[in-house]
Amino acid sequence: MSRVNPKGEVWVFAEQEEGHLHEVSLELLSKGRQIADRLGVPLASCLLGSGLAKLPQTLIEHGADKVYAADDKLLAQYQATSYSKVIAGLVEERVPQIVVFGATAVGRDLAPRVASTLKAGLTADCTDLEIGDHVEPASKQEYKNLLLQVRPAFGGNIIATIVNPERWPQMATVREGVMVMPEVQKGRKGEVVKVPVKLTALDLPLEILERHRAAKRVDLKKARVIVAGGAGVGSKENFRLIWDLANALGAAAGASRAAVDNGWIDKDHQVGQTGTTVRPALYIAVGISGAVQHRAGMTDSAKILAINSDPQAPIFGVAHYGIVGDMNEVIPKLIQAIKAKQ
Amino acid sequence: MAYNSVVLIKQVPDTKKITVRAMNDDGTVNRSALPAIFNPEDRYALEAALEVKERHGGTVTAVTMGPPAACELLREALYMGTDRVILITDRRAAASDTLATSYILACAVRTVGNYDLVFCGRQAIDGDTAQVGPQCAEKLGLPQISYVEELVELKGKTITVRRDVGNGYEVVRCKMPALLTVTDTFQEPRPFSAKALMRSKHARAKLELEKEVAAALPGADDKAKAAEVAKRAAALEAKKLLIGQWTLDDIKADLAWCGRDGSPTKVKRIQSVVLKGSGYVEYKNTEADITKLVHQLIDDHTIG
Repeated sequence: MSRVNPKGEVWVFAEQEEGHLHEVSLELLSKGRQIADRLGVPLASCLLGSGLAKLPQTLIEHGADKVYAADDKLLAQYQATSYSKVIAGLVEERVPQIVVFGATAVGRDLAPRVASTLKAGLTADCTDLEIGDHVEPASKQEYKNLLLQVRPAFGGNIIATIVNPERWPQMATVREGVMVMPEVQKGRKGEVVKVPVKLTALDLPLEILERHRAAKRVDLKKARVIVAGGAGVGSKENFRLIWDLANALGAAAGASRAAVDNGWIDKDHQVGQTGTTVRPALYIAVGISGAVQHRAGMTDSAKILAINSDPQAPIFGVAHYGIVGDMNEVIPKLIQAIKAKQ
Repeated sequence: MAYNSVVLIKQVPDTKKITVRAMNDDGTVNRSALPAIFNPEDRYALEAALEVKERHGGTVTAVTMGPPAACELLREALYMGTDRVILITDRRAAASDTLATSYILACAVRTVGNYDLVFCGRQAIDGDTAQVGPQCAEKLGLPQISYVEELVELKGKTITVRRDVGNGYEVVRCKMPALLTVTDTFQEPRPFSAKALMRSKHARAKLELEKEVAAALPGADDKAKAAEVAKRAAALEAKKLLIGQWTLDDIKADLAWCGRDGSPTKVKRIQSVVLKGSGYVEYKNTEADITKLVHQLIDDHTIG
């Protein structure tokens, strides 16, 4: 178990695959920077892999003061057992106060194993992190400068703030796309600490026989405008109208889970709690009732236009503009107005 | 060769059915107002274990931690073909976070013993954390294979599976024993078997028998009630219909790692989600209005 170390560093796990850093790791460096500055401690990134080359410098240019680099052939492929052993060992040696991971397939597999090894607390899928004080209601004991870990729970129906007062490091995984990407500071200086790796065959229990990586055909997170369709669209044929409007606007097509489950559009397009979190300049929700699970992924859009035939649909509760009507009539009028203006 | 599996399952409130009435004024969730269901991905985990048994033989034991009402979940597991079911129920386990929960479940799995595979659902819909599986694996000193969507092959002491890694998939091989977390992209869980249902609907845990006996013999003294409970339990046991019921002592759990004291994370605040929009500008479904809206969006540089 690691001790409480208020002078400890703030760490961001740098997830990489085949030499490419995951975006969420860079996003976390911007939040990590804020937190480290608030606490007056260094921001460090923990990077594991084989042939890391320029990656430590990239992390420094995105805000890290220090990079712990474990570069070893045995770390070429991610495995929970080997990666957690290296990270937990490093935590015990350096005693950071905060360690955060992206809530990716890797992060959600790795962070719990590290936390369990350290017997530390871990909060999953945070949507915000802050520093603040806490009074434990039962003991009335006061704790200064804890990591406040904000996350949705109960299917997105509640927002919980979680703290870890005593069994540090304070650990969390953070959802992709909720933190802003930091600006790159070319030539920024930082320290690279080489981490010795002592692994044996027992630490690599998995034999990866095949790997298939599907390139994401759509990157909703980068889209400035998203036109999304839901159950109210009614059919795959009708979903063409979503594509038509998206094309007219140069927008990306999105969808609620219902539309994906009905097979009208690929899962890559899903917005919401189990899909992608987006924050475009304009989000057009067509035939989406606006269940919490969907809203969790899009309420931070700058502008929301809701089109729905049901005036009681909860989506209107988060919308800035609303049109109550049949999408089969509304969308052609929208396309016509857009084309006329162009 | 045959393989023995332990499956960790959980009864959860159906978070998809949350309505205004299910929320308390202080923003917490009124669990009693929600239907309790078999955590969806845990059904897939059980399906995976039953599939192993069907292909190779062996046994399937399902374990849950929860209140007495979780016996219903265990009966459902029996209806699907589970051989043995166990309820971990103990007030001292209340308020356990994922770390304490995984410690308790790991103690339970050790107590069951003699296992080749441990299966968990990837995550439960009340918390969606996906932490208990990997943490249990660490506590048991087992390798973990998360997000399993297909059992490719079991041969000798190794298992090969296909796992969904979000942006693709991997086929991995691992020595057993190992812990697997299963996603809802695994084959559909089997329906209840009519035969198993007829047989197992009489399955009871001791705490249920105590309630039944108390209702049946209202005038009897404690000794007589206890004797009746023991008699009924023995009869069920003979038919392998007694639901196992363990406390933290039965699984030799160190109380320092259980419940509130064993949980590093504390809930500081709970807020119910409120719609933040304070009214929206309505445009009519007319050409004039829609044109006005498009012009508005172009003028403020939202589009175009």
